[in-house]
Amino acid sequence: MTEQSQADRKAAFAREFIEAIPHCRDLGMKLETIGNGVAEISIPYDERFIGDPATGVMHGGVVTALLDSCSGAAVMSHPSSPAATATIDLRIDYMRPATPGQAITARAECYRVTRSVAFVHAKAFDGRSGDPVASAAGAFTVEAPRDKGDKK
Amino acid sequence: MSRPRNEPVQQLKKRRDEALARLAHGVPYIRHLGVEFDRLGDEITARMPFNDILIGNPFLPALHGGVIGAFLEIAAQMELAWSIVWEGMEVGGLEVEDVSQVNFSLMPKTIDFTVDYLRSGLPRDAYARARIVRKGRRYASVMVEAWQDNRDRPFAQATGHFLMPQPKKNDG
Repeated sequence: MTEQSQADRKAAFAREFIEAIPHCRDLGMKLETIGNGVAEISIPYDERFIGDPATGVMHGGVVTALLDSCSGAAVMSHPSSPAATATIDLRIDYMRPATPGQAITARAECYRVTRSVAFVHAKAFDGRSGDPVASAAGAFTVEAPRDKGDKK
Repeated sequence: MSRPRNEPVQQLKKRRDEALARLAHGVPYIRHLGVEFDRLGDEITARMPFNDILIGNPFLPALHGGVIGAFLEIAAQMELAWSIVWEGMEVGGLEVEDVSQVNFSLMPKTIDFTVDYLRSGLPRDAYARARIVRKGRRYASVMVEAWQDNRDRPFAQATGHFLMPQPKKNDG
């Protein structure tokens, strides 16, 4: 198999995997791009997720869920191919409220993977301009892939 | 203008419970996740009954990390909002009818929020209690801890900073 078709296969698998997760489906998450430790996921604007009824701005928790998912996806798509990952910690900075009516898109990059920890930076945008709604820094666990015949 | 000491206890409880319910139920996302609040005096505990939509890993199964973060953030933010409402009601003459999200925003805005994931979230009810570490005129710092069956085994904790809602000038 060529490298490209293998990457496509992995991306298709990741898309199916993420969109099948109950909470991701509940929030309407859509995987836009994935590969090489970078992932982009969007959430459409939804009135059920409003945090401030006075303005119609979606709740910070929605952005947290999006950044967490997107960061996890970025880890999974890293060339080192971890078998699984879980969040160790995630710090989120909220720069400004997301514009009501606009979808929110997160872009995460897994910039470093050690034997046991993956480090991620992520940002969330609302399509209004280049300045982000929120940014995140996270550390994730790395579960080693289990190769056949790999005896420990 | 504090409230009379001899307010009938049932009336007093009803007033406080209704104010808390109005505050929490006014936020669509809190309703969507199904988060409720139990109250003992001024102390509140957030409760998130298990629901299939909260799952992030169907194989384990485990709660979604984002749900856990959102739950902690809701608990922290509500702790602050509730402290404002409590003060307003007990000493400021705020009425239950005034506790409405639509008329004036009582929810502090999150500046930053850091979550430690200690254990995976089991497919069962989760609870969280927050503590205001410092509350200034403009900023507040809050710590929050969440657990499931066992209070001594938290599965996540967080700390966050919030921007305090500024009272409108014409609110008197």
